[in-house]
Amino acid sequence: MADERELTYIGAVAEASRTVLLEQENAFIAGEDVAGAGGVFGSYRGILDEFGDQRIVDTPISEEGIIGLGVGAAATGLRPIVDIMFMDFMGECMDEIANQMAKMRYMFGGSASLPITVITMSGGGINMAAQHSQSLEAWICHLPGLKVVAPSTAYDVKGLIISASRDDNPVFVVLNKLSLRNRGHVPEESYTVPLGEANVVREGSDVSIVTYSRMVGESMTAADTLSENGIEAEVLDLRSLQPMDTEAIVESVKKTQRVVVVHEAVRFGGLGGEIAAQIQEDAFDYLDAPVARVGAPFSPVPFSPVLEQAYIPNAGRIVTEVNELLNAA
Amino acid sequence: MELNHETLLDIHRRMVRIRTFETEAGKLAEAGKIPGALHLYVGQEAIASGIMAHLSNEDWITSTHRGHGHLIAKGGEFGKMFAELFGRATGYCKGKGGSMHISNMELGMLGANGIVGAGPPIAVGAAFSIKYRNNKNVAVTFFGDGASNEGSFHEAANMAALYKLPMLFVCENNGYGEYTPQANHQAIVDVADRAAGYGMPGVVVDGMDAVAVYEAADAAIERAKAGDGPSLLECKTYRFFDHVGVRGMGLSYRTDEELAEWQKRDPIHMFESRLAELDVLSKDDAVKIHEDVLAEVQAGIEFAESSPMPDPATLLEDVYA
Ligand SMILES: Cc1ncc(C[n+]2csc(CCOP(=O)(O)OP(=O)(O)O)c2C)c(N)n1
Ligand SMILES: [Mg+2]
Repeated sequence: MADERELTYIGAVAEASRTVLLEQENAFIAGEDVAGAGGVFGSYRGILDEFGDQRIVDTPISEEGIIGLGVGAAATGLRPIVDIMFMDFMGECMDEIANQMAKMRYMFGGSASLPITVITMSGGGINMAAQHSQSLEAWICHLPGLKVVAPSTAYDVKGLIISASRDDNPVFVVLNKLSLRNRGHVPEESYTVPLGEANVVREGSDVSIVTYSRMVGESMTAADTLSENGIEAEVLDLRSLQPMDTEAIVESVKKTQRVVVVHEAVRFGGLGGEIAAQIQEDAFDYLDAPVARVGAPFSPVPFSPVLEQAYIPNAGRIVTEVNELLNAA
Repeated sequence: MELNHETLLDIHRRMVRIRTFETEAGKLAEAGKIPGALHLYVGQEAIASGIMAHLSNEDWITSTHRGHGHLIAKGGEFGKMFAELFGRATGYCKGKGGSMHISNMELGMLGANGIVGAGPPIAVGAAFSIKYRNNKNVAVTFFGDGASNEGSFHEAANMAALYKLPMLFVCENNGYGEYTPQANHQAIVDVADRAAGYGMPGVVVDGMDAVAVYEAADAAIERAKAGDGPSLLECKTYRFFDHVGVRGMGLSYRTDEELAEWQKRDPIHMFESRLAELDVLSKDDAVKIHEDVLAEVQAGIEFAESSPMPDPATLLEDVYA
């Protein structure tokens, strides 16, 4: 597989964007510094030169306006890709997200469709402190009418963005800042990764680690460590958070009887609670132990690297949690 | 306040303090000693200094992601500031905030801010609080040209004017929001024009001229304290470095010629020429001030470097009162 074509995680965003603009004449991109600068993370590098300033639009620093632009343009026949640089900035535009974008179709009795893709960034680990490091996916997963994906690999980034752009609903693509330089196999041609389908990235029989986004990598590292001690963990990358592949979770639980849910977001009120509830509803009889959760503690993301390292979940913590779970059972 | 020699020297010192701190902070960032993002204030010193020369610790300010200059001009100590930038326990925010959230309540500094446009509504609250308690103080909100496109600025401007709050809106128009020139982010040239829509005076000020800033602020503060409501001062300025970090030349979104033009109007050089002409400060004495301040900055860096990292056990402290 050494000669397989590789791209970075962020390179896959640019390639997916390009693919979408080529495939759909009504697709355009809008956001802060997306055109001239190619995106502050390089997400849209080269797009302006290739497609011109009608297809990729620099906006003022006006997040409410940006999401509103997406809602109005989508409702009237375009297929916008809008960029919210850091998902922390959803605070500036939450009405347009929660009360307009998520509900318009329903409130209008199904007469409007909103094919919007929102691309945004989550996660800490780069010392950007409390307002540029959050993992707020639970906010948007709680809103009926929205779909949410959170890819962990370059392959999934491209495939999920293309799927999102073809979907007739608003889809949030929640990317991860610390994964931007990760390289992985990405085919040159257009392809999709279906929304709502999880991926077993490691098979195992002793415990299931259910996770998504950057924590997939940490979970894989944890699984390697556990394996050295004779514990075989299955790692399930959810990829889609809304809709969520409950079936795949249940399948894995039936096989291993023990689950640890891992996410970078704050544990309390995070998706881990929802996943644990679904497991006890659909697979209670298969469980040998309570569902365990790894997430961030209940504080804002601290600035100091020493504190941030203590804050963000990592492979070590996942190993500890799995060991405790197995010892308890 | 009268613009006597003492005030001129005071403004000068504030500007030199900012320039020296920021220059050294930039070097430390290049050397990998400052985690996270660093937005330097170099080029804009006349604004923070000219305004803050009017304020006491009982006057409140809100700042931006480009906030070190505001804190320094408000009386921030170098040691605690560097300690915060380094993420040390002795920093102004115990290492929890860093550059983008540096703050100090005792000095009346309600924080740098990672959210563009978040400051103005908070300053409205501070001004409301001042008025409520019948204090003779003001609240000043600093924000950029880019931030003037956030709804939060517009809501704050309307409320402050409506309630006749003792407040100043200080727009530091450096011509860019990140990598986007002003002409590509708003259809107006003067942000000051926006004041009229909210029923407050809007004044365009040369933001490279500390005296002009000082005088414009004087009138606006007098008006605010008299109960006549807020004003918007738009200070035209330029950042000498990149949006983030320390590169000045060779940036893709602006020309070196443009930077050179603005550097000819370096606020500190212009001010020092003026002080020399007025016989307030000789060139030699100015050099001496720069040296003194540099020594103070170096002592601050030493303090920060020898300070302990926060104890991870403090992670959950300060979430609630
Ligand atoms: C709500 C929000 N949107 C976007 C950003 C990203 N961002 C940080 S600084 C900046 C530019 C701000 O421009 P301006 O207000 O002119 O201030 P300057 O940087 O020029 O001092 C942007 C877009 C942010 N931090 N917060
Ligand atoms: Mg600006």
